[in-house]
Amino acid sequence: MDYSFYQHYWWFLISLLGALLVFLTFVQGGQSLLYQIGKTDLERTMLVNTLGRKWEFTFTTLVTFGGAFFASFPLFYSTSFGGAYWAWMALLFCFIIQAVSYEFRSKNGNLLGKKTFDIFLIINGVGILLLGVVVATMFTGSEFVVNKANLTNTTMPVISTWSNPLHGLEALLNVRNILLGLAVLFLARILGELYFIQTIDDRNIQARSRKWLLWDTALFLVFFLTFLVWTLVAKGYAVDPETQVVSLVSAKYLHNLLEMPIVLVVFLLGVVSVLFGILRTLLKPGFIQGIWFAGIGSVATVLALLLIAGWNNTAYYPSTTDIQSSLTINNSSSSLFTLQVMSIVSLLIPFVLWYIYKAWKAINVKQIDAAEMKGNDMKY
Amino acid sequence: METLDLSLVDWSRAQFALTAIYHWLFVPLTLGLGVIISVMETYYYKTGDEEWKRITQFWMKLFGINFAIGIATGIILEFEFGTNWSNYSWFVGDIFGAPLAIEGIMAFFMESTFIAVMFFGWNKVSKKFHLASTWLTIIGATLSALWILVANAWMQFPDGMHFNPDTVRNEMADFWAVLFSPVAMNKFFHTVTSSWIVGSAFVVAISAWFILKKRELDLAKKSIRIAAVFGLLGTLLAAFTGDGSAYQVAQKQPMKLAAMEGLYQGQNKAELVGFGILNPSKSSYDDGVQPFAVKIAVPGLLSLMANRDLNTFVPGVTDLIEGGYATKGKNGEVGVALSAEQKMAKGKLAVEGLKNYKLARLVSNDSLAKVSKAQLEENFAYFGYGYIKDKKELVPNVPLTFYTFHLMVIIGMYFILFFALAWFMNQKNTFNSQKWMLWLSLLGLPLAYICSECGWIVAEVGRQPWVIQDIMPANMAVSQISAGAVQTTFVLFAVLFTVLLFSELSIMIKQIKKGPEGLNH
Repeated sequence: MDYSFYQHYWWFLISLLGALLVFLTFVQGGQSLLYQIGKTDLERTMLVNTLGRKWEFTFTTLVTFGGAFFASFPLFYSTSFGGAYWAWMALLFCFIIQAVSYEFRSKNGNLLGKKTFDIFLIINGVGILLLGVVVATMFTGSEFVVNKANLTNTTMPVISTWSNPLHGLEALLNVRNILLGLAVLFLARILGELYFIQTIDDRNIQARSRKWLLWDTALFLVFFLTFLVWTLVAKGYAVDPETQVVSLVSAKYLHNLLEMPIVLVVFLLGVVSVLFGILRTLLKPGFIQGIWFAGIGSVATVLALLLIAGWNNTAYYPSTTDIQSSLTINNSSSSLFTLQVMSIVSLLIPFVLWYIYKAWKAINVKQIDAAEMKGNDMKY
Repeated sequence: METLDLSLVDWSRAQFALTAIYHWLFVPLTLGLGVIISVMETYYYKTGDEEWKRITQFWMKLFGINFAIGIATGIILEFEFGTNWSNYSWFVGDIFGAPLAIEGIMAFFMESTFIAVMFFGWNKVSKKFHLASTWLTIIGATLSALWILVANAWMQFPDGMHFNPDTVRNEMADFWAVLFSPVAMNKFFHTVTSSWIVGSAFVVAISAWFILKKRELDLAKKSIRIAAVFGLLGTLLAAFTGDGSAYQVAQKQPMKLAAMEGLYQGQNKAELVGFGILNPSKSSYDDGVQPFAVKIAVPGLLSLMANRDLNTFVPGVTDLIEGGYATKGKNGEVGVALSAEQKMAKGKLAVEGLKNYKLARLVSNDSLAKVSKAQLEENFAYFGYGYIKDKKELVPNVPLTFYTFHLMVIIGMYFILFFALAWFMNQKNTFNSQKWMLWLSLLGLPLAYICSECGWIVAEVGRQPWVIQDIMPANMAVSQISAGAVQTTFVLFAVLFTVLLFSELSIMIKQIKKGPEGLNH
């Protein structure tokens, strides 16, 4: 197994972590619905408690996604985080306020009041749009220059420099980025609604979740399909495998899908699974397992999208300022030795997924209901 | 010519210091209290006594309040390596990123998976599964500490790597050398065992408060019984590993040791300052002003601590800047220490070697590339010195390092006596009747936090200006953003974290006042 194998393997793991993260944003989607689905304090308590038993998975996946990206593609870490400063900081602020809100919201003496912490949860929920925006820049590009020789300039040794003074906020001015941001937000809301339907035994919450599911699905499809079609037909950033020269190629991402049939199949199965989970939930009132179909489907779809961003000789983080500064899995990865060490560690992932599944099942064995919220069990 | 704004470096350091200090207010309690509640639940599991369950759940509630804010303040630290220290992220990301990724895969998922079972699983899973979840939560938290401390230790003692001039970065060559470096092992055990002190001091203080209020006397007695023993064990181990850490500092970061001791002029049979007040008039290592206004010192002890030999020479700040003293290499070979100026000259040669190597590769001049690479490799040990403008930059803040070190040691020593006494009095049933002991227990709580924060200040201030010892100073590591942007996020973090801290304290106090009966409100 050569260097290229490990680079592709690690791009796969990064894509998988990113895809799992998008699935787990059902927590954020659910938070954004706090006042739309929860009309009474008790209803909101049920919503918060069913999400509150899972929020740390999303949080941990985000942190692990960051750590794994750092370990495997450190040039992305230094270029994107150091350059798109405000975009990442805004996203991180959304997560900081989330982390305390579950624990603090219903505690006496929390100083800010329950409503403030609920608003924090809603900000974090809607803020997930930013994740979609920064991911979209992997297709649309960002304004930066990478020059490793800068390191020898002792007065200005910074290797990666950002060319736009807005430092990441300019990504919000790109329509295609916003489209993916909105698609991620509405997908998160769909997953949140499906999760409520599965885990809460309450007629009103079930009914309102189904009502919002219809609207959010419609909006998701509009934003996602527009982004998808636009991206598939747009010019993409191709890398010459021999010379490593980056160039713009028409419909690069469509070609990637067609040239990697397994990825295409994963993508199509993912889309079908998402739609099946939603439609069956909408059409069959007693069906509550839609979250699994839509969840697994979103993992497959996002995984495929991220794979076409980085595999098949594609620059996964293009530079619109200096196209040759674009990051590829080849020019931005860790050394072979580090990737090998990390690959051994990655063998733990199935074991981690196994115990997460066991613990998830143990906690979700029974649906949450009003009686449990009024009882003496620990709750938020 | 474009240059970096120096205030950007200072603000970036300030932001990292702010977020790290806040984060460290919560982590030691998680590490210490986590083990204590696990032991308590083990008692419940073994005896079936419902009182132990009630006690466990009470402390677990406080653990949860603290844990949440620990997570909130922790996420930013990982990403700040990228947002504020982007050059660092590339220059050593090949080595530094790995522990962070392993921390996520191995530790964070364990913690976040089982904490949900720990809090919400009391009536959903078996007693055995629940107990295992509690232990796995704290094992996950401790493993997380291991990996982040391995990463931090590597910055203080970069080992197991080589510099690759083609990729312009350091690359990992020996994973085991990174993981099991003596600095990492000492740092891990010292940090974790010192966190046990914080957890124990917390439990003893709150138990003492209950006793003062004549409430929950059984809970208090049982809690003190565990916390005092655990605290004593933690303090003794922290003293032992602290000595190991100090030895490593002496070997790998002699300037930090000199700052810790306020040692400006090197000494044979160097004295260890037990207590001292620095002379505030001293402004520079070479101003001729006496460093101490008052001091009580023991001759030879610093030499013993630094070199395991009472009679050896320990260099001071001046010696380290001016060089010329005799040194001993790894294999006992005798040499002469270089001056700061000589190191800076070598650093410049290393940077020049890299620059010429890159140019030579660009024009395919193999012979020049070979010569330049040899120049780089010969001088690479001093690479970071090439970015130092003034040798005085090499001296960290001596008063801050000195006072925090001594405060940490004095408080640490006090805790050995305190926990031994608390355990003894609790066993003899005299703890409750001695008001002075109860007040002393309350005082222990802020002291434990001060001691813990001091440890980090010593470690991080004492190593300045280095981000990676001798290889990368802070001014070489920052991102290219405006100082104003970092000032803005600094203020935002300061306000947000302060508000959250007060909120947490207020909740914690209310919850303690309610006691175990108010767990679900």
